[in-house]
Amino acid sequence: MFKDLIKLDRLPTSWCPGCGLGQIMIQLAMVMDGLGLNHTNSTVISGVGCTGRLAGYMNVDGIYTLHGRTLPVAEAVKLVSPDLKVIVVSGDGDLASIGGNHLLHAARRNPDLTVLCNNNNVYGLTGGQAGPTTPRNTKTVSTPAGATYDPVNLQNLMKAGARYFYAKTTVYHQLHLRNCIKEAIAWPGFAFVDITCHCIENNGRRLGFNSAYEMLQHFRRTYKRAPDGAETLGPDEIGIVRQG
Amino acid sequence: MTLQKVKGTPVALEGDRAVAEAMRQMNPDVVAAYPITPQTEIVMRFSDFVASGEVETEFIPVESEHASMSACIGACAAGGRVQTASAGAGIALMWEVLWVASGSRLPIVMHVVNRSLSAPLNIHCDHSDSMGMRDAGWIQLYDEDVQEVYDNAIQVVRIAEHPDVLLPALHALDGFILGHSVERLELLPDEAVQEFIGTYTSAYPLLDVDHPVTYGPMDLQDYFFEHKRQQAEAMVHALDVVAQVGDEYGQLTGRYHGLIEGYRLEDADYVTVALGSTVGTAKTAVDQMRDEGIKVGLLKVRCFRPFPATAVARALGDKKAIAVLDRSLSFGAQVNPLCLEVIAALSTHGFAPKLVNYVYGLGGRDTVPAQICDIYQELIRIDSDGITGPILRYVAVRD
Ligand SMILES: Cc1ncc(C[n+]2csc(CCOP(=O)(O)OP(=O)(O)O)c2C)c(N)n1
Ligand code: SF4
Repeated sequence: MFKDLIKLDRLPTSWCPGCGLGQIMIQLAMVMDGLGLNHTNSTVISGVGCTGRLAGYMNVDGIYTLHGRTLPVAEAVKLVSPDLKVIVVSGDGDLASIGGNHLLHAARRNPDLTVLCNNNNVYGLTGGQAGPTTPRNTKTVSTPAGATYDPVNLQNLMKAGARYFYAKTTVYHQLHLRNCIKEAIAWPGFAFVDITCHCIENNGRRLGFNSAYEMLQHFRRTYKRAPDGAETLGPDEIGIVRQG
Repeated sequence: MTLQKVKGTPVALEGDRAVAEAMRQMNPDVVAAYPITPQTEIVMRFSDFVASGEVETEFIPVESEHASMSACIGACAAGGRVQTASAGAGIALMWEVLWVASGSRLPIVMHVVNRSLSAPLNIHCDHSDSMGMRDAGWIQLYDEDVQEVYDNAIQVVRIAEHPDVLLPALHALDGFILGHSVERLELLPDEAVQEFIGTYTSAYPLLDVDHPVTYGPMDLQDYFFEHKRQQAEAMVHALDVVAQVGDEYGQLTGRYHGLIEGYRLEDADYVTVALGSTVGTAKTAVDQMRDEGIKVGLLKVRCFRPFPATAVARALGDKKAIAVLDRSLSFGAQVNPLCLEVIAALSTHGFAPKLVNYVYGLGGRDTVPAQICDIYQELIRIDSDGITGPILRYVAVRD
């Protein structure tokens, strides 16, 4: 049962009602359950942030690292215990901002890690400030007049090396999300899953969405599956690009 | 110079908002910061001022604290008046850059909202972050209440930029306890703040093409030591400057802040020494004990770096028993940062009163007057038995 992978006695979670993080956790648990991954053979490593809490709710051993230091910690766990399935779950701020340097170098070294990036376009936990993934002109608590810079292009970053696995998906597209997680876990190298997710409380409402449902519908309307064999995903496409 | 007293406007604000208001009034050239609880409120509020054009500040939304302090270095070396705010792990991440700020004699100001350091993860108050940087060459003031948060936020700018000092400076407010608590305070008019801090003219800005400068170049066995010695001297000068700026600010506001402040101290036999918001808690305990006719008192240390050793020794030398309260742990040390300074001050001035060190409130553990009353009772016992017992003790912690 996938529920065995979640600490049910810790529910309800500290996440806001409607937050997409619950979907990511459930899909991860379902995939792990299907693959026979559990506390005997897997670990979930997380950084600090709303996403970081996910590791604490999973019924496997884990490390709650410092904000930004998630990847080197996970890489070292994998080095010391190569038989362990090491899954990293962290925020876009944690991975691409304060931990951005580690992201470049972890991708370059290509360790066998699965990285689930909760891409909610803001620093959720600290209140919804603009971060590395915030689209230009977005109004956030730290950019009331609109974000000044273009966001980092995670796909291009991941494809900078000779070997890569980059999946883009959303929490609306649950089967797609599940499949991306499954493929990423099967990938024998650094697999990065960029999950578009809604932070309704600290981002969505400010953008004019009244509910998490409205944000999910927005994802449904916006994102389309990339054609089979696509080598690059367009800005509104979901899919997987990889090179081994 | 004597300043005319001006009328303040009473408001109710949290400590973080009081800092943001002071920053708005000071209108620094550059603010570079990264969000971290419990400091985020400051930068968020300040972002509103940037967006609405109420300040002319360049706000740099950096990708980490390592970057924020680095950006402060660049902006300050270029000749700007520069500020940042941080807490806990954010300050730890700044570590190597903090030393560059002081070693380059850049008067950067940091508003520190005290938070404990990981691991385990905890967002609540203790002083591990600012005490962790006590040797980094930064001036350190500690705030007792939200009014003092505001007052110190303004004064540190004058202190840091004083030509006899030219050192980075911070003031520290207890995370949540002051940062997120609403208190009544008085704000100065904007013009009064601007007049008080004046304009900042860097003595050695970049791009003064007739006087080219390099910040932070290689400095080996030949002169490195002399430069460090100069930094130490600047800290000594800062003692007078902190007092003088506090005096001028007092003329302006009627609120005089010194290096240290005694509370019912003069005739007291039993004394606690504290800094930060616990000073307010201890005052309540002092009043309660005094009501029972027990001669207790309190010494507040407002300025921790530079440490006002002579003033502290004079205030404490004749006391029967002293408890120094520390909100951080220096693992393996005999006593903790504040206590270490107090003992050194007493012993170098020829005093040896009975003294103990209490560690309290780590990770935001509540500290209440009753606990401090217990400490006074213990001081009375120590005095009457003549047995001090272990010097290092803990308040309200499970064994
Ligand atoms: C060194 C350091 N700086 C700042 C913080 C404060 N902080 C905690 S979580 C976070 C950002 C969270 O954003 P993200 O990583 O995108 O995760 P989310 O909360 O959106 O899931 C920040 C800035 C910290 N814990 N440590
Ligand atoms: S703040 Fe945003 S990301 Fe965090 S739990 Fe709430 S909705 Fe989710």
